[in-house]
Amino acid sequence: MSRLAVPKTYKLFIGGAFPRSESGRTYEVRGADGAFLANAAKASRKDARDAVVAARGAVGGWAAATAYNRGQVLYRIAELLEGRRAQFIAEIEEAEGATRAVASAQVDEAIDRWVWYAGWADKFAQVAGGANPVAGPYFNISVPEPTGVVAIVAPQDTSLLGLVSTVAPALVAGNAVVVVASEHHPLSAISLAEVLATSDVPKGVVNVLTGSPAEIAPWLAAHADVNALDLVGAGDLDWVDLEIAAADTLKRVLRPERGPDAAAPALDRIAAFTETKTVWHTKSLR
Amino acid sequence: MAGTSLVTARERALAVLGGEPDDATLRRYLHGIPGVDAVGLEQRAAGLGTRSIKTTSKAWALDRIISLIDLTTLEGADTPGKVRSLVGKALNPDPGVPGTPRVAAVCVYGDLVPVAVDALGAAHGDPDDGAVAVAAVATAFPSGRSSLEIKLADTAEAVAAGADEIDMVIDRGAFLAGRYGLVFDQIAAVKEACRRADGTSASLKVILETGELVTYDNVRRASWLSILAGGDFIKTSTGKVQPAATLPVTLLMLEVVRDWHRLTGQRIGVKPAGGIRTSKDAIKYLVTVAETVGEEWLQPHLFRFGASSLLNDVLLQRQKAASGHYSGADYVTID
Repeated sequence: MSRLAVPKTYKLFIGGAFPRSESGRTYEVRGADGAFLANAAKASRKDARDAVVAARGAVGGWAAATAYNRGQVLYRIAELLEGRRAQFIAEIEEAEGATRAVASAQVDEAIDRWVWYAGWADKFAQVAGGANPVAGPYFNISVPEPTGVVAIVAPQDTSLLGLVSTVAPALVAGNAVVVVASEHHPLSAISLAEVLATSDVPKGVVNVLTGSPAEIAPWLAAHADVNALDLVGAGDLDWVDLEIAAADTLKRVLRPERGPDAAAPALDRIAAFTETKTVWHTKSLR
Repeated sequence: MAGTSLVTARERALAVLGGEPDDATLRRYLHGIPGVDAVGLEQRAAGLGTRSIKTTSKAWALDRIISLIDLTTLEGADTPGKVRSLVGKALNPDPGVPGTPRVAAVCVYGDLVPVAVDALGAAHGDPDDGAVAVAAVATAFPSGRSSLEIKLADTAEAVAAGADEIDMVIDRGAFLAGRYGLVFDQIAAVKEACRRADGTSASLKVILETGELVTYDNVRRASWLSILAGGDFIKTSTGKVQPAATLPVTLLMLEVVRDWHRLTGQRIGVKPAGGIRTSKDAIKYLVTVAETVGEEWLQPHLFRFGASSLLNDVLLQRQKAASGHYSGADYVTID
């Protein structure tokens, strides 16, 4: 007897839940060969707004967690990704038309980057911060603190690697993230969200939107409750306008990158979404 | 603002009840009221929550919500400084946007009424004149567990200090035990204590604490009882008990107010309080009021929101409407 196909409903990931788009819209996701893969939710500006609210609610707790704890939580994601390797490889093969070897390499690289960034969680402060020499009987100490809510337009040409390469570094310092996934390859982003939902990441720390970056990004860029904007995957949008909108509320902005080296692992990507706090303290009370 | 006079209220109650307001008469009357169709009520409330409110109506609604808010702080940790900053916010909710309406009243504990009156200064007065009233919770708020003498003294002190409105709690224990006459007498006595030396009277809001009444039937009976005893407003909750205000409960209370108006021609106010935090929720209440008792109820003498964080959300929505982009908590004051 033949079985009925049980196709999966891909929804958004906001505040730890998987809601449909508030607008009720979906769009067809097709593989490299044009075959229908699934319907994905097409997020609206109100979904973006809800995601920012969720991120704002979560950022306090995530930023206050110890660096060691954040490192453990991020490493745990890598462990869970490893357990789902086969699913991600199959998804990437279908979505990008990649060979099994290429898809495997992308998943391996994504997992390795999680591990790499997880390791930095309790170490980058030593590199990015420090004790400054001052001419007086004071300690002068600089420490990096998270910027807050970071909106990300993920690289558009890969399913998983680009997303991981932009989300992980923002999380390291304690930021909360609203990420707009690749428009044409959104399915792995939602599968990653399922991993995040079952890992130890507090709800709201990562929020994943699928749909049109051209539609959603301007709302995130102008949103006064978003503190930073990573435009790495916005090369095909009017990203200069996005940067101008972001300037109205003094957001930190990373500009688009293209090619295979886009969002390559770097300490700079962690430091980009931190603010340096410098404190003075007397050396002694004598 | 002037409350209804006691004499007429009592006469009206006697006429409606057909006898003295003792336990037996009240029980016969209140238990004679038809029961509430809970499924129908919740369905109706859910339906009222789905109205589509478009741009211009929404802008009107946001301003109206602000002018209906009782800006509230009811914490053990309230200080004179906090009340002064609350008053500052009541008078000028969004300093960056001239023309933002003022709220209807500030709502504080009785001992902080002098601070609120002092901070308001010349702006203290009737919300209809663009001024801000002072509401005080009294009668051993929030539990209501003390003797009648203490409750009356609590009320009289707040009125003497300059409170324009008294938010009293009913004795839920007595109500649930079926001692309706006692609850009636207490409300009537507090109403009497709301009188000022010059013969005018502070407006009396009767808090039912619907979260502790458990059933819709009880809410309907308590609403009738409070109105019969002379309350000028019926208010859902203290905000200290969950669930606080819900749309179905508020709808039910509005229906009682509508029925009372048909019966006697008197207009009673309704104040949902506690748990209304977003503009979206508040607009649902406006729709419910307009479609149940009529738009004439959407004025500070007949409808209020008891809220604190709601105001900031309304301000954020106004900023969004003005600027075209979403605003954030950094752009309004901290509560």
